[in-house]
Amino acid sequence: MTATVTTDPGPATSAKGTSRGSGGARRRMPRIPDRIRQGGLPYLLLLPAVLLELLIHLIPMIVGIVMSFRQLTQFFINNWSAAPWTGLDNYRLAVDFDAPIGEALLHSFFVTCVFTFFAVGLAWLLGVAAAVMLQENFRGRGVLRTIFLVPYALPVYAAVITWAFMFQRDNGLVNHVLHDQLGLTDQPSFWLIGDNSIYALIIVSVWKGWPFAFLMLMAALQNIPRELYEAASIDGAGIWQQIRKITLPSLRPVNQVLVLVLFLWTFNDFNTPYVLFGKSAPANADLISIHIYQSSFVTWNFGTGSAMSVLLLLFLLVVTAVYLFFTSRGRKGSRA
Amino acid sequence: MPSRAARSPMAAPQSFLWTRRVVLTLLAGFVLLPVYVMISSSLKPLQEVSGKFQWIPHGLTVQPYFDIWETVPLGRYFVNSLIVAGSATVLSVVIAVFSAYAVSRYSFRGKRVFTVTVLSTQMFPGILFLLPLFLIFVNIGNSTGLALYGSRGGLILTYLTFSLPFSIWMLIGYFDSIPRDLDEAAMVDGCGPIRALFRVVVPAAVPGIVAVSVYAFMTAWGEVLFASVMTNDETRTLAVGLQGYSTLNDVYWNQVMAASLVVSVPVVVGFLLLQRYLVAGLTAGAVK
Repeated sequence: MTATVTTDPGPATSAKGTSRGSGGARRRMPRIPDRIRQGGLPYLLLLPAVLLELLIHLIPMIVGIVMSFRQLTQFFINNWSAAPWTGLDNYRLAVDFDAPIGEALLHSFFVTCVFTFFAVGLAWLLGVAAAVMLQENFRGRGVLRTIFLVPYALPVYAAVITWAFMFQRDNGLVNHVLHDQLGLTDQPSFWLIGDNSIYALIIVSVWKGWPFAFLMLMAALQNIPRELYEAASIDGAGIWQQIRKITLPSLRPVNQVLVLVLFLWTFNDFNTPYVLFGKSAPANADLISIHIYQSSFVTWNFGTGSAMSVLLLLFLLVVTAVYLFFTSRGRKGSRA
Repeated sequence: MPSRAARSPMAAPQSFLWTRRVVLTLLAGFVLLPVYVMISSSLKPLQEVSGKFQWIPHGLTVQPYFDIWETVPLGRYFVNSLIVAGSATVLSVVIAVFSAYAVSRYSFRGKRVFTVTVLSTQMFPGILFLLPLFLIFVNIGNSTGLALYGSRGGLILTYLTFSLPFSIWMLIGYFDSIPRDLDEAAMVDGCGPIRALFRVVVPAAVPGIVAVSVYAFMTAWGEVLFASVMTNDETRTLAVGLQGYSTLNDVYWNQVMAASLVVSVPVVVGFLLLQRYLVAGLTAGAVK
């Protein structure tokens, strides 16, 4: 890619010595018409994508950062440029952990961290288990693979609303099994309000998220050369050893990306808690996205909501950078 | 596909076979449990889903499947979702094909900036640009009369950018795997670059394009956050409309389940039929 940066004629004609210049020019001659015809074509091809990314992602992001420095309440929705500047007031409000708003944000942040840790960990674990167990061909493998992908294919709201029904206190399946059939609880428990809500949220999130891990890992497993296993089994390695010594190590590069993607999606997840709990999530399952949404649209305070969003983005950027730094270093180290 | 999948030529030990049976059975049970609840509850009368949960339905009825269209304007939501997801898919795939072709076949300044920027928009929390986008759409509407807020058009534009990064990334991998000689030969024969793209590259990349289309459609069909803010009664999509079955006092759970099933069928069937391509597309991307 870098060797063929010939679109810019400037340095090629000026910097190079004249003795090699003629030879180089002759060699490139036939390509010149190509290059002229290429002209702006790549840029033209990219134009729609660039414009849309600008309109939907980049400009709103900049606007969001600007908004976080303004006192943007419902009075200024239709004319937000008239909202007064407030400097860092919105940020001060968001991180003042002694005041109610800051305290609630901090709590929501902790809840999100705990939720993300378990949801990503379990989804990844199930994905690895299923991918490894389905690597070898056997009867029913195709059917199982199809079944495992069903949660990925179902629309989030249809799946989560079904889970919400299962978690109902009086007519749900979960309490029917735990209370009526197994007798594990004295009273039918509440799952969607109160302390248990975080468990319900993790279960639903894992159910919804693990097939993606499975899909990625399954694709990665297909690239492991079969000869590796044949050689290992000739050397007397059993199947468990093959899994430990060949399969799992060769998943490392995929895992690096997969865990990061799962982390970002889970940490930002809005759909699952929103459909499961409705607009006001219980305190124990008050994920950060829902929290910001509520602080913005229920109280119509967009300035503070934007400040919280910007803080969230900064946090994600730092985590991603640190994660990539350490995992890349680890990979280089193991290769050396 | 089976050529590389089979692992060891020697017979697996019993410990492995049993672990596999147990793990896979538990996973299948976990995955299918809600599907079973959805199907069985959609066939029960209201008093049965309002009382204690029953594993086996007693008063089997298909009435909920008729009622769902009356209780809420499900038909209208359905049409809205179809229009929004369909348009977003077509536009997203076309734009992704152009972008991926440029990145895969040309070297130009800013190529790396483009791919990195597009991919990194994937990590932005939706909530970060929801509020500004909401305001931008409202203000564009106020100043130009172009109704983006509350309209299907605004939602289509938004959704197509959601699937764009992944689609571009996946199609670059696909296009890279198609030999350049093919489109160069077409250009020697007098095709322009655009005709070479449509006559040579696109036909060779059909599996990748199918995979990307499925992904784009699923993304748009299932999105909740923006749909809940950016639509009004007229343009409401299924993602929000499905919540209309709960009133203050009562939830028609049998109808909720029936409606969930009905709205899931198009995507699930499409996905399961085309999953091969998605796996193949992911593999092509992973090879890079």
